[in-house]
Amino acid sequence: MSRPELQAPPEIYYGDIEAKKYTNNSRIQQIQADMTYRALELLNLPPDEPAFLLDIGCGSGLSGEILDDEGYTWVGVDVAPSMLEVALEREVEGDLFLQDIGQGFGFRPGSFDGAISISVIQWLLNAETSHPTSSPPHRLARFFTTLHSALRNPSRAILQFYPTSDDQIQLITSIAQKAGFGGGVVVDYPNSKKARKVFLCLFVGSGGAQQVPK
Amino acid sequence: MVRLITHNLLACHAKGCTSNNFPLQFKDVAIEIREAEFNPDFLRGFLARLEWGALVDAARQLGDTSLPPEVPDMLDDDFLKSLHHVLLEIHVEEGAMICPNCQHVYAISNGIPNMLLAEHEIG
Ligand SMILES: [Zn+2]
Repeated sequence: MSRPELQAPPEIYYGDIEAKKYTNNSRIQQIQADMTYRALELLNLPPDEPAFLLDIGCGSGLSGEILDDEGYTWVGVDVAPSMLEVALEREVEGDLFLQDIGQGFGFRPGSFDGAISISVIQWLLNAETSHPTSSPPHRLARFFTTLHSALRNPSRAILQFYPTSDDQIQLITSIAQKAGFGGGVVVDYPNSKKARKVFLCLFVGSGGAQQVPK
Repeated sequence: MVRLITHNLLACHAKGCTSNNFPLQFKDVAIEIREAEFNPDFLRGFLARLEWGALVDAARQLGDTSLPPEVPDMLDDDFLKSLHHVLLEIHVEEGAMICPNCQHVYAISNGIPNMLLAEHEIG
């Protein structure tokens, strides 16, 4: 079967049934949890300090539950109402917003101590959305520019995603850089077709004291 | 689940709406109070990020008058507990947030604000 992002826009693809299937699939749960912990590691927040985080494409709250467990206060945005419904049922603690990240954010400058995103931004690479007209580069630029502004200086955004080609990584990275981000790409298990995971590690300012962990 | 902590960070993001677009004004709201864990360190660290006047006004609109008009010099427990309640325990479940500049209505349903823009509003 082809990738979900090639079949329909996320708010259509993740209808009530897909949203529940996705959330209740224990293999997906485990992968999402692993990637969330890895994203938090790469986020490199100062230890034992409370932080206010943005979960981009929070979906049904699989990553949000981990943010709750880790003691973070967070805001989650997602474009699929059915996913947010499931998140409500699961009683996650974060504030949830129905939002298309390709339209950008309205958060005031310096609102967040960091941002994570698990398996989401590949959706921005597809022109077909139910809110049409904007091309992927335009939507990506709007997303990264408003995200950069919403983050504190210094801080990081760690965005795990599924690119289909190196060209896609190149496109996304160059637009993020134009929006003001530093940083780069971390690839876990680069030689495994199944386990390979791409994390875009974006820095605002210095991104914090340390360099990208290996 | 819109809490005032998030409302205080939120400006209108419609195309061309770049001034007088904060704070969004609540309309016809239904609220729920839900207890949250008190974390004084978090609150102290967060104070610098808040627009205090906007927070006091928003809290009043939701019927809470416990916050002083200025941030006090001494952040004692009484103050921090009021701040905790206002920021993290008052949930706006229904209603709307309206941009004071372009009048865009961000409807809130089941605790979730709809931030989607119409095509002509996308920047
Ligand atoms: Zn506006």
